[in-house]
Amino acid sequence: MGQSQLIISHSPHIKGKDSIESIMYGVVIAMLPALMASAWFYGIGALKVVIFSVIFSVIFEFLIQKYLLKIEPTVKDGSAIVTGILLGFNLPSSLPIWMIGVGALVAIGIAKLSFGGLGKNPFNPALVGRVFLLVSFPVEMTSWPRPLDTRTMLSIPDALTGATPLGLIKEGVAKGEPIAEIMKNAPSHLDALFGAIGGSVGEVSALALIVGGLYLLYKKIITWHIPISFLGTIAIFSGVFWLIQPEKYVDPLYHLLTGGILLGAFFMATDMVTSPMSKLGMLFFGAGAGLITILIRLFGAYPEGVSFAILIMNAIVPLINIAFKPKRFGEVKNG
Amino acid sequence: MSILKTFKLGGIHPKEGKLSANSPIKVFPLPKTVYIPVSQHIGAPATVLVAKGETVKTGQLIAKGEGFISANIHSSITGKVAKIDEIVDSSGYPKKVIVIDRANEEIWCDNIINSDPNTTKEFTPEEVKQKIREAGIVGLGGATFPSHVKMSVPEGKTAEYLIINAVECEPYLTSDHRLMLEKGDEILKGISIMMKTLNTKKTLIGIENNKKDAIEHLQKLSKNYSGVEVISLKVQYPQGGEKQLIDALIKKEVPSGKLPIEVGCVVQNVGTAFAVYEALYKNKPLIERVVTVTGDSVKEPSNFLVRIGTPIESLIEAVGGLPETVAKVVNGGPMMGKALSNLSAPVTKGTSGILLIDKKEASRKIPKNCIRCARCTMVCPMGLAPYLLENLTNRKLFESSEKEGIMDCIECGSCSYTCPANRALLDMIRVGKSEVNTIRSKRVKK
Ligand code: SF4
Ligand code: SF4
Repeated sequence: MGQSQLIISHSPHIKGKDSIESIMYGVVIAMLPALMASAWFYGIGALKVVIFSVIFSVIFEFLIQKYLLKIEPTVKDGSAIVTGILLGFNLPSSLPIWMIGVGALVAIGIAKLSFGGLGKNPFNPALVGRVFLLVSFPVEMTSWPRPLDTRTMLSIPDALTGATPLGLIKEGVAKGEPIAEIMKNAPSHLDALFGAIGGSVGEVSALALIVGGLYLLYKKIITWHIPISFLGTIAIFSGVFWLIQPEKYVDPLYHLLTGGILLGAFFMATDMVTSPMSKLGMLFFGAGAGLITILIRLFGAYPEGVSFAILIMNAIVPLINIAFKPKRFGEVKNG
Repeated sequence: MSILKTFKLGGIHPKEGKLSANSPIKVFPLPKTVYIPVSQHIGAPATVLVAKGETVKTGQLIAKGEGFISANIHSSITGKVAKIDEIVDSSGYPKKVIVIDRANEEIWCDNIINSDPNTTKEFTPEEVKQKIREAGIVGLGGATFPSHVKMSVPEGKTAEYLIINAVECEPYLTSDHRLMLEKGDEILKGISIMMKTLNTKKTLIGIENNKKDAIEHLQKLSKNYSGVEVISLKVQYPQGGEKQLIDALIKKEVPSGKLPIEVGCVVQNVGTAFAVYEALYKNKPLIERVVTVTGDSVKEPSNFLVRIGTPIESLIEAVGGLPETVAKVVNGGPMMGKALSNLSAPVTKGTSGILLIDKKEASRKIPKNCIRCARCTMVCPMGLAPYLLENLTNRKLFESSEKEGIMDCIECGSCSYTCPANRALLDMIRVGKSEVNTIRSKRVKK
């Protein structure tokens, strides 16, 4: 190569390995254990929901970008796949396919692309899609098929059909039954850990979610700040209530293992686009989401609450970013 | 294993690429012609003292530093001044150079000692400062700040520590590493002179742990010198930044906008310590330096002792010429060096290395939307929010970017290196800094 063709640009002249693609596909890999657990416990229905959700998300992103926005489609970056899987994870495995399409359209078209695409969206697209479906089709969105008993080595109580563990408990408490009674009919802690519980596709197996979360941490795709503050806050608050009135409230571990808490903590609250930019901000964000979740669970109308909690915290991220700036080196205090 | 010291905020670990670490320093043959810029340092350019046709000896003063912040320039060879010309140097702008054609016989200036000197001589602090200034010594790590300025501790301040920057945190470069292995005694003698001058009792030599042989070697030698301690540091870029190094060694933060002396430190590069030795005991001005010539497709990555003014081309020739695959030539390291447009640009006092970068790494990737991943913030050693500084600069909100600390940026490039969306964060931050500088100078005028 001759001298005239030398490339001139400013430093730095080398670039690290991270790219949007490497991050997004890393998240996809981290979600595979949960997907496999779900397929194991719910059978082909679970896979079907996730696959359709991914296909819809990718196709809508491609079509909208190409024909409506007339820009180069960005589906290759993997973010639509992540949104698709996350949306699928938040749906019951029995949801009709056309509803999945509606959810994906809302997630990709409204929550992501109408704000300017990846990086500009204030709210987690998958959660917006999920909440939209929940509000529009409350019945379909809350009928949970029971896990396939034959596939599992764990005990599955008969009463499980049609409700999530937290739904069961909420109902029982409303009727005035003591927790100990209700828990006899609800799945055990162990069931929740492995995944033999009713719920949306992605939240069934706590263990699989933890494995995926550890992978994200190990690959440095996420930092510990949001998951730990989120889970910690839930543990502390539910623990306080449980200690005061154990006959009315379930123990903190049960909270952590059910209702998508781990899915939220590792995969949804940590969505980089919609979470804060400094470590302190992340701690605040995680703690806030945890607090709102537990308030909804204990006092609100919904038995779960993770989605709403994260969306509410998404909304105040710009404020968090202003309030919690990173600590500067050698900062001179004015005054 | 004990935990190695490092600085506390941010930092990255790029591939080290120290290909030339085991190549001993070779004396580079004298070039036919040298091109010596009159401005190789931070501060005012030196004033030319010679005219076309004049014969000069090796080591002769040919341009004089004007004012306190400037540096003398000496002829690096014996020969005849061919012309005073302009040449595009590594800054990309034409700069004034003194062009000297070499004579066959090398004649050194009379007072320069070229054999082993008597190193028992004592100097007063004034003599030392004077000699450092006369010898035209500047920071040899790349910043090229005139060294005599740093040796003058301002009224009311004391230099509690002399800190020797031997970190060489830039990937690929090995010139300081080789110098420590081959000139350890000279470096330590230079350090003792500086300690006496500064009236400092304690010297810390900071070396990254990827140079274990240099650490051991200097540790052994330093036993004969009181108050000199070699400290092994974790490999973490940009540890060679003055403020980062001080933080790593003594856990003190130099306040924003202030100099190291604010926390009782004077920081000098290890190459500068060697130059001080040569200036004091051998009367030798700064006319040569060690330059690493390296790159992934370079056949024989090497370290050369090169006379200032030698065309960079000839260094590349000496390692086998420009490989086909190379698309970028950098003066300095990959993180902070400058891309060269003109390979006949000369080696200057600040040239620590010449790096040849292959095509696949040389061009930038297409930038995408910021995905707000906060990685740039996490790696910034100054605790800044690079994504925000870029954004404010794009929106021409320069005063806000000043409040967000844009002037604290040390241009280490960690943010751009890390950004998964390939954003050219540092490019925009540089634009922002220069705008803020303009605003500041207007403010002063008012
Ligand atoms: S170049 Fe400036 S903003 Fe970027 S990481 Fe380095 S100090 Fe921070
Ligand atoms: S590293 Fe790049 S993508 Fe991430 S926040 Fe900074 S500018 Fe945005």
